[in-house]
Amino acid sequence: QKLVSFPWFGMDIGGTLVKLVYFEPKDITAEEEQEEVENLKSIRRYLTSNTAYGKTGVRDVHLELRNLSICGRTGTLHFIRFPTAAMHRFIQMGRDKNFSSLHTMLCATGGGAYKFESDFRTMADLELLKLDELDCLIHGLLYVDSVGFNGHPECYYFENPSDTQHCVKRPCSLDNPFPMLLVNIGSGVSILAVYSKDNYKRVTGTSLGGGTFLGLCCLLTGCETFEEALEMASKGDSTNVDKLVRDIYGGDYQRFGLQGSAVASSFGHMMSKEKRDTISKEDLARATLVTITNNIGSIARMCAVNEKIERVVFVGNFLRINTVSTKLLAYAMDFWSKGQLRALFLEHEGYFGAVGAFMELLKSSEEP
Amino acid sequence: CAKRVGRASHSLDKSITLPPDEIFRNLENAKRFAIDIGGSLTKLAYYSTVQHKVAKVRSFDHTAKGDGEPLYEISVQEEITARLHFIKFENTYIETCLDFIKDHLVNTETKVIKATGGGAHKFKDLIEKKLKLKVDKEDEMTCLIKGCNFVLRNIPHEAFVYAKHADSEFRFQNTHPDIFPYLLVNIGSGVSIVKVESEDKYERIGGSSIGGGTFWGLGALLTKTKRFDELLQLASKGQHTNVDMLVKDIYGGAYGSLGLTGDLIASSFGKSATADKEFSKEDMAKSLLHMISNDIGQLACLYARLHNLTRVYFGGFFIRGHPVTMHTITYSINFFTKGEVQALFLRHEGYLGAIGAFLKGAEEDNPNQYSWGENYAGSSGLMSVSPDLNPMQRARSGTFDMLEMDRLERQLVNLPLLQDPSSYIPDTVDLTEDALAREYWLYCFEEALDGVVKRAVASQRDQPEAAERAEKFRQKYRHKLQTLRHQPFAYGSLTVRSLLDTREHCLNEFNFPDPYSKIKQRENDMALKYYQKVVKSLEELSWDQRQFALVRGLLAGNVFDWGAKACCIVMVVNVYHCFFIERPWLVDAYNQWIERLKGPPHKCALFFVDNSGMDIILGVFPFVRELLIRGTEVVLASNSGPALNDVTNSELQIVTERIAAMDPVIQAAVKEDRLTLVQSGSSSPCLDLSRLDKVLATVVRERSTDLVVIEGMGRAIHTNYYAMLSCESLKLAVIKNSWLAERLGGKIFSVVFKYEVPSKTQGQY
Repeated sequence: QKLVSFPWFGMDIGGTLVKLVYFEPKDITAEEEQEEVENLKSIRRYLTSNTAYGKTGVRDVHLELRNLSICGRTGTLHFIRFPTAAMHRFIQMGRDKNFSSLHTMLCATGGGAYKFESDFRTMADLELLKLDELDCLIHGLLYVDSVGFNGHPECYYFENPSDTQHCVKRPCSLDNPFPMLLVNIGSGVSILAVYSKDNYKRVTGTSLGGGTFLGLCCLLTGCETFEEALEMASKGDSTNVDKLVRDIYGGDYQRFGLQGSAVASSFGHMMSKEKRDTISKEDLARATLVTITNNIGSIARMCAVNEKIERVVFVGNFLRINTVSTKLLAYAMDFWSKGQLRALFLEHEGYFGAVGAFMELLKSSEEP
Repeated sequence: CAKRVGRASHSLDKSITLPPDEIFRNLENAKRFAIDIGGSLTKLAYYSTVQHKVAKVRSFDHTAKGDGEPLYEISVQEEITARLHFIKFENTYIETCLDFIKDHLVNTETKVIKATGGGAHKFKDLIEKKLKLKVDKEDEMTCLIKGCNFVLRNIPHEAFVYAKHADSEFRFQNTHPDIFPYLLVNIGSGVSIVKVESEDKYERIGGSSIGGGTFWGLGALLTKTKRFDELLQLASKGQHTNVDMLVKDIYGGAYGSLGLTGDLIASSFGKSATADKEFSKEDMAKSLLHMISNDIGQLACLYARLHNLTRVYFGGFFIRGHPVTMHTITYSINFFTKGEVQALFLRHEGYLGAIGAFLKGAEEDNPNQYSWGENYAGSSGLMSVSPDLNPMQRARSGTFDMLEMDRLERQLVNLPLLQDPSSYIPDTVDLTEDALAREYWLYCFEEALDGVVKRAVASQRDQPEAAERAEKFRQKYRHKLQTLRHQPFAYGSLTVRSLLDTREHCLNEFNFPDPYSKIKQRENDMALKYYQKVVKSLEELSWDQRQFALVRGLLAGNVFDWGAKACCIVMVVNVYHCFFIERPWLVDAYNQWIERLKGPPHKCALFFVDNSGMDIILGVFPFVRELLIRGTEVVLASNSGPALNDVTNSELQIVTERIAAMDPVIQAAVKEDRLTLVQSGSSSPCLDLSRLDKVLATVVRERSTDLVVIEGMGRAIHTNYYAMLSCESLKLAVIKNSWLAERLGGKIFSVVFKYEVPSKTQGQY
């Protein structure tokens, strides 16, 4: 059995972010070390000794999967991300490090695998193995869940989601995951009904996703990054921006069983000039986050009902460091379905596509 | 806050004076008020009784009848009918309007005004103070649904599909015999999705907070533009692709394996997150509009699918006549349902709340047990609010939009013999879609206007102010024609029928209830004198000759429409021997008809008659007589009210009596109930088989009617030419308009003789 030569990468080039997983073998023998070509060594050192790359690249150290045995090798899987806007710099780096001399296969998924294919070829003499992003997403997700998160479960949910005082994050297993509704929230949103590893369909999608949140936040508040936007949102109060049922009816709209605290019109208060003139950026950021999240929750819930699936798994980088949204989604699933639906989340939120691409790379070595 | 608004409107409202004859009409008799106060528009509803003149005919005692006396007496009487008035105006005029109403309200048995809409509480005190009526609040959604049911049931062509790029942007829907179940998606500041299963059963099955308020609020923040209309204007000029991240921005092209095209929006506002540049107001407004419309469309589809509903109506201020939002919503629905569900909009969407509130207040009058009809003379019609689309719109701002509905004497139902009531379209040509035909007919009706005015004046020579009224009629109808030139969709699909009906409504409006009454009387009288001679000459013919003569008699009678001179009568009388209409005709199924007549007699024939005079007396009656002799029962259906020179039901009764007195065959048939007269329920020169008198439908069913005869251009050519019936039918007419004849491939005075037998297999499907 012939192993695929190192380095082992998997890449997911999305609309906003590039997600990269890199397997660092920890069982390199002295003999191997000697044979290892110089630029391969330098790539390994560059990636593993830093946690930030350039101005915008980040290694999510807290997510790394240690002591992973894959295809007879043991090592650590690293999780790296950088903005898609920096893609050309990344390709240049590949050229500068003479990546093409390593004769490795570069497995890539996401729309960028198509969009940048010719750039990889012409700029860095690299051929991409393009992979379908939904296949990769599902394969990666199932794999990471099966190996666990360094001895802990990958999956979690919120206990008492409808009770903000007693809502707690709880780990759980995804032992018997099918069927599940998989909601991938990246720049946009894709919703899949997954019946088995290879049997799934894309139910629908919405253009109101993470890109919309960040895009609107940038326009409304002048912020520049996702982190900044979330930071502001965490301090804001959306009820200064949104019109609630009680703002219109004075209380609950009992005839239709609507609570007074439910949002009747997102940004509805902003129809009034006085209110626009006095609103804070934090409140606007919070309202944007709540609007987008609730909308995704609402569409996901309708899909779950239409597809008759009770388990709704939310993934994607929109959920990164975003407990406001995860809790809101958990609440929305539970409350509006009267406890019928359960929202599940995964620790490696946005990286499953990249993991799936990485696994595709290893497939060739598994075959005789 | 309420105070501020009150004062602000106070300074504004002095600038307008209300034209007393044109809006808030019939306030003297008004009762049962309802008001729907929205964010910017107020809709007022009330019920009134309208006194108007009708022409009545009364038979003389003919036993002592001298030769020179007319056949019957015509008198003009006052009649009282019920009318619903709905007026829409900007909230700034509310105080002026309330003052106006107070000043003109004479009869005030009314103690309560029903109110709905978000602004109802704000203006409660003002209304109670001004009108001395107690404000009684009704639930907004209940009113909306009630109003929606009412317009769907009573207004033909109420619902339409919007197609921005089609020849006609508005495609009106047939009135479906069963309006339930449907989904109403109301897009106000938020979105409510309501499933309506019956008059009283409905449920809010979902909603969304992303609605009109989100577009407005977020749009105002992003573009610093205050007004909703201005935001829509901005949006219509923008390019969303500068702001949105498209599939091709991520993939470089389409995402082929999923069938997602490159132009599809992957992430709304996605580019504003990554690109470091300024975005134009127009582009952001467009992107926002797409985002919200798509989102609402998607949710509507998910709910429609979950509840298995295919009829989805959209309303609320986000939609209200705005072509921009109707287009984006339509696009979204098409995308998400792959064309399986069509987005439907309503012509009177803005009035639903007011209509519903009114109906709540009028429950004891049981308005739902009657049929109502839109009065074209008193209704403004659908107006496109986009100044780009509608140059007349600018002039309309600050004016009043109106809807008036007349209570019809009779309840209207489908003809039970329609093959498929849900796909039946009365009109042969839709002038909203056929620009050439539209041009021609609008021109034609304008050209004919002078003649109509003259005739109207001539019909009331004894009344000195008739000329003045006729002039008002001319102005009103000409204005309607001009409106229709710009907005052919104003009253639903524009058709020859609607043009004719609008003219009748306008004539009635100015108290010209029956301009042809005297002409009809004279011609009936004249034709009756020849009846016996015609019957006798027919009896002398062989069976074959007679059948042919009868059909030609029908056609000939129909040619000489009105104003026929005696010489024409002689020609008609002689038609049974010789006449210029030679076969083959333009549409000629005469041989099939004769073959059929050699078979067993029909059980019962329903005959929709056309003109007075020769047509009915010398054409229809001999034909009917032959059917009766064959053993076929005959039901003669004539108009309930006058239209042109068409014979009305009351005239036909007198005519029939007189013929019966001369002809034992007719007399026996009347006595034995084998010849029955019914009214059609209509006062139109055309015929809508989906809106017929309930009694007619009952008679047709009871007698197992197996033959329908439709006579004349209005009923058999302009309408019903393509109507499919579940029994045998005969449609016959002489085309007396060269343009139309050419269109059908013939020339003037071409004959259409269409005999149709439903295919035998029909029943098996």
